[in-house]
Amino acid sequence: MNLENRKRELAREFSPMLEKTTKTSKIWIGFLIAVILVGVYAFFVQLFKGHIVTGMRDNVVWGIYIINFIFFVCLSYSGAFISGVLHFFKTPWKNSVSRIVEIITVLSLIVGPIFILLCIGRLDRLHYLFIYPRIQSPITWDIIAIMTDLIGCFIYLYLTFIPDFAILRDHSENASKWRQKVYKYLAIGYQDTPTQREKLHKITRTMSAMVIALAIVAYSVLAWIFSLTLQPGWNSSIFAPYFIIAGLYSGISVIIIAMYLIRKYYHLEHYIRKVHFIGAGIVLLVISLLFGYFTFSEYFSRWFSHKLSDANLLNTLFTRYFWMFIFANYIGVLVPIAILFFKKLRTIKSITFAAVIAVIGLWFNRYLIVVPTLESPYLPIQDTREEFVHYTATWIEWSLSFAGVAAFILFFILIMKLVPVIPMSGIIDNEREQKKVKKSFKKIVTE
Amino acid sequence: MENNKNDKKSTNRRNFLKLGLLSSVTAVAGASLISNLAVQDEEVAESGEKMRLLTPDGKIVEVDATNVNQYPEALVTPEESREGIPNRKFVMVIDLAKCKNARKCVEGCQKAHKLDYNEEFMKVQLIQDNPEASPYWLPKPCFHCDEPPCVTVCPTGATFKREDNIVLVDNDRCIGCKFCITSCPYSARQFNWGHKEKFDDKSQPYSPETSVPAAEGTVMKCDFCPDMLRQGKLPHCATSCPMGVIYFGDKNEDIVTNGEETVRFSELIKDRGGYRHLEHLGTKPNVYYLPAVNRQFPLERGFDVEEDIIERYKDVPFVQDLKKQGKI
Repeated sequence: MNLENRKRELAREFSPMLEKTTKTSKIWIGFLIAVILVGVYAFFVQLFKGHIVTGMRDNVVWGIYIINFIFFVCLSYSGAFISGVLHFFKTPWKNSVSRIVEIITVLSLIVGPIFILLCIGRLDRLHYLFIYPRIQSPITWDIIAIMTDLIGCFIYLYLTFIPDFAILRDHSENASKWRQKVYKYLAIGYQDTPTQREKLHKITRTMSAMVIALAIVAYSVLAWIFSLTLQPGWNSSIFAPYFIIAGLYSGISVIIIAMYLIRKYYHLEHYIRKVHFIGAGIVLLVISLLFGYFTFSEYFSRWFSHKLSDANLLNTLFTRYFWMFIFANYIGVLVPIAILFFKKLRTIKSITFAAVIAVIGLWFNRYLIVVPTLESPYLPIQDTREEFVHYTATWIEWSLSFAGVAAFILFFILIMKLVPVIPMSGIIDNEREQKKVKKSFKKIVTE
Repeated sequence: MENNKNDKKSTNRRNFLKLGLLSSVTAVAGASLISNLAVQDEEVAESGEKMRLLTPDGKIVEVDATNVNQYPEALVTPEESREGIPNRKFVMVIDLAKCKNARKCVEGCQKAHKLDYNEEFMKVQLIQDNPEASPYWLPKPCFHCDEPPCVTVCPTGATFKREDNIVLVDNDRCIGCKFCITSCPYSARQFNWGHKEKFDDKSQPYSPETSVPAAEGTVMKCDFCPDMLRQGKLPHCATSCPMGVIYFGDKNEDIVTNGEETVRFSELIKDRGGYRHLEHLGTKPNVYYLPAVNRQFPLERGFDVEEDIIERYKDVPFVQDLKKQGKI
């Protein structure tokens, strides 16, 4: 059987990626675990000594934990959004990137909420959120949204994994026993019969639409945590769409970076090609234009109408945070636009560079939304001890942040060890589609 | 009264709540803020000892001594503190013309709530409304808003608005998400960042009405001292102010007092141009300010404080000017 042979071929092609661990990747894994362990140590220090070990104080009560939280959660929502769009509209080049996107979605949705937990003063009372819930509170909305989204994304990710699990189950004779068992269990009896295939496609498609909707809702609720308060820098009606665009901006960028690294270290030049980078680059260009537009509208209206509180905020931004502001809102937007706008500049390396700039810029953009606003409230900060006025993150916060990033990368590597990062079922589907096109083409010609 | 001090403490407490707070006949003055009609509907073994008490409308009633509770043994539990004192709408009026940053309100509050030197529920700000206006000292407690943003955003109901206008924090319920701190436009809330020895002192059982003892990882703020109000006394800031800046009272009775003079709340606001801070935010505060006109003290008197306190105002343009001129 032709199809079976092809499946075997693919399974053989990808099996080294799953089973072999090279020396460099071992070193990498060791390094990432070390970073995570430092983070775990920092977490225990914070747990036993209290939040006094962080840089947060009475005025700036939210620091880089909440920034990482919105960063990762936005990343996840945008991943869900992009992956949903790719699936729903059956985008032709989706196959090479769809799994990368799905993995990013789920991992960032696991890492993100950990940061909000770090921000909570009494972790021992976390269950109070369920014992004494108040549905009026945007935090409660957020919890509901994130949990629904997490479940939705997990189901969706799993659905896209099933055909590959089935292929691996049938064609990994040489793999270790536990692996075969895992694959058999996870494939839940999928035999790739036409009816099964069609059913799975249908469900995946429905889920992809749901995931898009979920992402939009969850994004907006996250933005409302800020925009529903009265604070000068937050109380803005465009925050929800702004957050969606910002999320997509970081999402696309992280996907490009992941594509670059995976292509380089796993030698997948055959599957992840320049055309994918250019496609993603153009999407990034569009999003960066939108993001720049939203950022401009947000600050421009504040500057032009110059209410006292807004003027104070802008004053803080342009004095104490001048370089960060320039980097986040000028360099972080204009450099990617400049690189991606000109056809000649669109190479794999330059597109990846633009993506890196975009991600860093966006992180600082989040920082500027959270911290300076808290440093310039309606009533000027006075009659407060000196060290309570400004915020600087401590090593505890930084090491936990890096631990989060390390955990993200580590889980990514581990998932890639379980299933191929290029969906094999997708490759087969693609080839089948092409054959159909050819056949119908022949028919037309002969007729 | 002394005789029954130790028996039936628990029932005492409930009766105490029913009663509101009754002071003995002699202690009740015309401006008694907290007093309520005695209602006796619980089965309590009567001691036979009667007490005569004065009600707000001037009638003298006789109640059984067991129904009268003795402070401070009366603890108001977190559950009970959600109710509020019946038929009261507490308001505060701060007369800016009389404030000279003596900081006695800050200290009195710190002592009563067992706060450290650097923790304050009441802050004194130096405000200059516009470049031409002369700056003034603005004591800033919690405004106990009628539309409190902090209460709306709380995910567990740890902070709540009571019938009697007071907004309290129950630190047994607080999970420390700090959302209320970020949503308060007046920066009235504080957080307990680390552990302190005083938190372990359980000699006084916790009540949201006293905010003592505080707990690590939870939020605290000015509470309008409901424990004092139940005794018919003024909040600590009002009693400790030597200038009589802080008036406190009941909107229902239309009376406020600073301990020396008792005035009609509505007239005071009308005659002296009372206003609420940042009215445009729509939070409807219950703290009113009387503008700083016809001042009793020059502003500079406010700098007769310790060096580190002056340092706290170093970012105010006016203070920077004064420093340049070498006046402070």
